[in-house]
Amino acid sequence: MSERLTPQLVERVARLARLKLAPDEVERFTGQLQQVLKYVAQLDAVDSRDVEPLAHPLELTNVLRADEPAPGLSREAALANAPRTDGRYFLVPPILDEK
Amino acid sequence: MNATPIIGLEVHVQLLTRTKIFCGCPNRFNPDQPNTQTCPVCLGLPGALPVLNEEAFRLSLRTALALGCRIAPFTKWDRKQYYYPDLPKGYQISQYDLPFSHDGVVEIGGETEGDVPRRLRIRRAHLEEDAGKNLHDESGRGGDSRVDLNRAGTPLLEIVTEPDLGSAADARAFLEDLRLLLTDLEVSDCNMQEGSLRCDANVNVRLALDDGGTATTPIVEIKNLNTFSGVEAAIEHELARQIAEFQRTGRRFGDPGAEKETRGWSAERNETFAQRGKEEASDYRYFPDPDLAPVTVAAEEVARIQERLCEPPGARRRRFAGEHQLSEYDARVIVSQGRQFADYFEAVARACGDAKQAANFVTQDVLRELNARGLGIREFPLTSDVLGGLLARVAQGGITVKSAREIFGELLAAWSARAEAAEDGADVDVGELPGEAAIERIIAERGLAIVNDEGALEAALAAAIADSPRAVEDFRAGKQQAAGAIIGKVMKQVKGADPKRVRELLLKKLA
Repeated sequence: MSERLTPQLVERVARLARLKLAPDEVERFTGQLQQVLKYVAQLDAVDSRDVEPLAHPLELTNVLRADEPAPGLSREAALANAPRTDGRYFLVPPILDEK
Repeated sequence: MNATPIIGLEVHVQLLTRTKIFCGCPNRFNPDQPNTQTCPVCLGLPGALPVLNEEAFRLSLRTALALGCRIAPFTKWDRKQYYYPDLPKGYQISQYDLPFSHDGVVEIGGETEGDVPRRLRIRRAHLEEDAGKNLHDESGRGGDSRVDLNRAGTPLLEIVTEPDLGSAADARAFLEDLRLLLTDLEVSDCNMQEGSLRCDANVNVRLALDDGGTATTPIVEIKNLNTFSGVEAAIEHELARQIAEFQRTGRRFGDPGAEKETRGWSAERNETFAQRGKEEASDYRYFPDPDLAPVTVAAEEVARIQERLCEPPGARRRRFAGEHQLSEYDARVIVSQGRQFADYFEAVARACGDAKQAANFVTQDVLRELNARGLGIREFPLTSDVLGGLLARVAQGGITVKSAREIFGELLAAWSARAEAAEDGADVDVGELPGEAAIERIIAERGLAIVNDEGALEAALAAAIADSPRAVEDFRAGKQQAAGAIIGKVMKQVKGADPKRVRELLLKKLA
């Protein structure tokens, strides 16, 4: 980790994750996340120059499915967990973008 | 001020699979029944496990190879993370640093006299999933947005070019050929109204300044262009806007505050407009998707697909112009109708031995009939063998072109009549297509065979002359058109006589 974990960086990560943090939370999480990164940084001790980057933790490749339809969910079931719907669509607060 | 446009495209193509890329939900455009084609995988419900659709990968390989790309022996999947209501998981499964293909090249132009062909490099093509669709409240009262997730998880091929395009017209030409190629390869229907083919354009301009230096304007990405004319018009407009802006502000690429800008395109107002910059848009925090296994591709499989690729449209047009001596226009019309149509033309040309005549018939008569009847070339009742056989008779001097057109029309009319009779319940075989026998019959019935029997012509001519003393007199007095009456009489007597030959004989006789 070359980038130091600052309160500004915590705020930025929170914003990207759409989390609203109070100032005391930013302070607390900065400390906690610094601890986490410090712990993980122990791995830096390992010389990995000749190790190929790992693309996947399992040694599996080419897990494929045939292009055949499988049963899905009814609309009712698909919308069941949504906070708000009109019975046909998921409803979300107005998106003020593009136009 | 001398301006050199710098244009690159990002094209998104929905693939023609039966099911979505990572689940078995139908891959079908169905906006009238929102949220009826979903499952835990494409809704991003906890615990769902995506599995790659092998057909989506195969179609992608085929396309990348046709674009001259190299296929990576090892490719993996990454999560591109951002929040938007049409993206239920909070990330899009895409490919970041190990796309399945890269470094292709296609050729543009060079088909008209003096036009030097241009190379367009393809940076990469990668596979990803499409998002759902947001529908905004259009009333202006700030109502809720609605989300339809039928499209979420549709296999999407993203093709990224290098910024090698030097004009809006070339960008359009590339896209038009790309659409032909994709439909010829049967990897996409490229239905632009339904969003199967969508394009973003990256545009800026290098300017030669009066002081001898150069300046490059800031890059603008124009989003969501979904018609060919829109692509061309948006780029044209944007180039002019950037030059005007530079003259006003002097701002260059790389200046502070002149980062890449995103703009939209309004066809109604014929202008691009600033879009609210996505906050920290580039911060997608990609990382490998642990749910999906990497994919390896064997060289033998690449070779196998490569072998079965069809000829790209540009190469085919150039070959038609060379091998078949077609005009640039004819080659363009024929190839633009798609692979099956061009195959049909080639078969007719081979069968009749006269490519120019074959081109005339397919671009005029065949196209007209297909359009009028709403048929595709595969449903056209005259097979390439039959039309080829008909035109071979013209090439060999057996019938005139005019007769060939008459027979062509007659064969189609007879076929239509049979089809109609069958619809009315008559017991006729509509599967039986017009063939050689029908051509022979019409030629015999109507006496369309060109008669080269000079004896018969001489006799008929002698009789006609004897029968038309008045016409002969007029003709000898210098009235050229009087010959017509005599020729007509001969033609009536000897059906299929070549009027040109009759005229020659007549002139000799009366000379």
